[in-house]
Amino acid sequence: MTRKLLLRLGELVVVLALVSFGVFLLVALIPGDPAVAILGEGHPPEDYAALRAELGLDQPILNRYLDWLGGALTGDLGHSIVPPRSAVIDRVLAALPVSAELAILGLLLAMALAIPLAMWSAAREGGLVDRAIGASTFAVLSVPSFLSGLLLIMVLVNGLGWFPRGQWVRVSESITGNLHHALLPAVVIALSEAAVFTRILRSDLVVTLREDFVLAARARGMPRWRVLVGDALRPSSFSLLTLLGLSFGSLIGSTVIVETLFALPGMGSLVVNAANQGDFPMVQGATLLIAAAYVLVNIGIDLAYGFLDPRTRRVHA
Amino acid sequence: MFMPRETTTMIPRRRLISLGAGLTAVGVFLLALGLVAPLIVAVRVLLALAGVVTAFSGVSRLVWGLRRQRVDLLPWVCLAWLAVLIVAAVLAPVLPLKEHRDVAATLLEPVYLEPLRYYDHPLGTNSAGLDMLARCLYGARTSLTVSLLAVTIGTVLGGAIGVIAGYYRRGVDSVIGVLTNALLAVPPLILLIALSTLLEPSIRNMVLVLSLLTVPSMIRLARANTISFRQREFVFAAEAMGAGRLRIMARELVPNVLPPLLSMAVVVISGLIVAEASLSFLGLGVRPPEPTWGNMIAEAQGGVLQKHPSMVLVPGTFLFLTVFAFNVLGEKAQKRWNPRSAAS
Repeated sequence: MTRKLLLRLGELVVVLALVSFGVFLLVALIPGDPAVAILGEGHPPEDYAALRAELGLDQPILNRYLDWLGGALTGDLGHSIVPPRSAVIDRVLAALPVSAELAILGLLLAMALAIPLAMWSAAREGGLVDRAIGASTFAVLSVPSFLSGLLLIMVLVNGLGWFPRGQWVRVSESITGNLHHALLPAVVIALSEAAVFTRILRSDLVVTLREDFVLAARARGMPRWRVLVGDALRPSSFSLLTLLGLSFGSLIGSTVIVETLFALPGMGSLVVNAANQGDFPMVQGATLLIAAAYVLVNIGIDLAYGFLDPRTRRVHA
Repeated sequence: MFMPRETTTMIPRRRLISLGAGLTAVGVFLLALGLVAPLIVAVRVLLALAGVVTAFSGVSRLVWGLRRQRVDLLPWVCLAWLAVLIVAAVLAPVLPLKEHRDVAATLLEPVYLEPLRYYDHPLGTNSAGLDMLARCLYGARTSLTVSLLAVTIGTVLGGAIGVIAGYYRRGVDSVIGVLTNALLAVPPLILLIALSTLLEPSIRNMVLVLSLLTVPSMIRLARANTISFRQREFVFAAEAMGAGRLRIMARELVPNVLPPLLSMAVVVISGLIVAEASLSFLGLGVRPPEPTWGNMIAEAQGGVLQKHPSMVLVPGTFLFLTVFAFNVLGEKAQKRWNPRSAAS
């Protein structure tokens, strides 16, 4: 276990170094002079030179990378180049809770939807319910989240008026107001994830339900739901767990879309706006943080196997 | 999935055929009614949908009765949709379509026409009087060109790198492995957004960026398959006969690695179509006036959606049907040629 941990940590460092270099290059490769982009044309040359020196653009590229990385490690991601020129880290920290709440709420909703559906489906393998769930999850998978979001807005917001649109209420202001505003975006995020989760968990459950221990439990007169919940669920949840880590990527993707769609002040709209304005330090900083979080989550998931499945613990000990 | 249920008791063949023919007739009638009846659009769409579903189940029963075995018709329907779409998209410049992008040419055209009502604008018009059908077909051109080119480049490049990594192992393999992990460490949409700050949103750049998205997963798949094939007898036999490394890779490994790669490619296409549409939707992909499904949907956000839902529904339907078709075909192909990764 220790050796595995160390190996993974080593890999983590290398991957993060590569990712950060890639993200850094993103800016270094931008065509044109950032100083001109910030100040605009028609200033005396000294101004540009001063700004270039301030941004460190007169240094060799490797020095600039190390400088930037050192700053990033100490929590300084530079400043936005769009007028208020606020610190990237402040803007990111202000946006992060919104996105985190949406993603977590979306994930929980997806699980709450997927686990019962998968169990129902697997218990009636080949039956009408199973086929209906299979068909509808497959259809949902083919609807991009911006489309499902707009359709839900059309029906639930414009048509029935159940949900408000647009603004964001902070948790500190009102918890119920916050949930009321976050629920519909979270449902949009949850939809496609739930479809994937249901399909994966169902196919694993179907295999588990054919095992001898399930037969034994049933033979002793345990009710079907007890066997499903108590015996079959845990050994069937490994693929789901792997997927949970992988789905973090698509989760972030749909969070970006949903935040743009509902105009919520999260990481997604931050990145999209920054990209639209060519505000590369912002894009750079946010991308670096998101990538780091993504890698860390996946490593966490890897280690979580040990707790769920004792067999993997022994093999790697 | 989507097939008539397997029953333990045999249904008599004659009943199957007559039931199938009856359902097909009813379905076609409903569909025709939906397309031409002078009713509210919503009712007509529901009628047409019911017609399609009824006709589908009718035809699959009919085929079941005639061929004496159950056939899954859905992949064929999907193939037909894609064929029609691709032909229409390729021929779009020579088809008798109305204006799709030049706003100056449509000053006299009515705006926000409802779909399925007028013969010269079958799918209606948008806020500037541009024809929705023409825009959807030109959108299909962009979408399909970008995703098909990107998937081709990604598969060739990723496949080649993956075979090399799997064949040489050791140093080459670990370097490629780490690079692949680094590429996979950035969530796809974030990578796309980040790259779009760097690159002009042209079709060429979209292809470039989307193929970059395809490469790492293709490398992984090709590598895993190469590793399992290179330990087989036919590779040892080729080595014993003195075949060089290049020859072994090109003649022995690639033909075996190709089927799973290609079936994966079909699934990847639908992901790329969604990615391209999402990027256009965010305003970071192909920009107006060039129509794409994504920017057409983006244009109808907000107040427009409330009054004219068809502005979202029409391009949305094209997008859904196309993604759905590639998903169905991809799943079919995965089951056949890549059983290991066909999880569900």
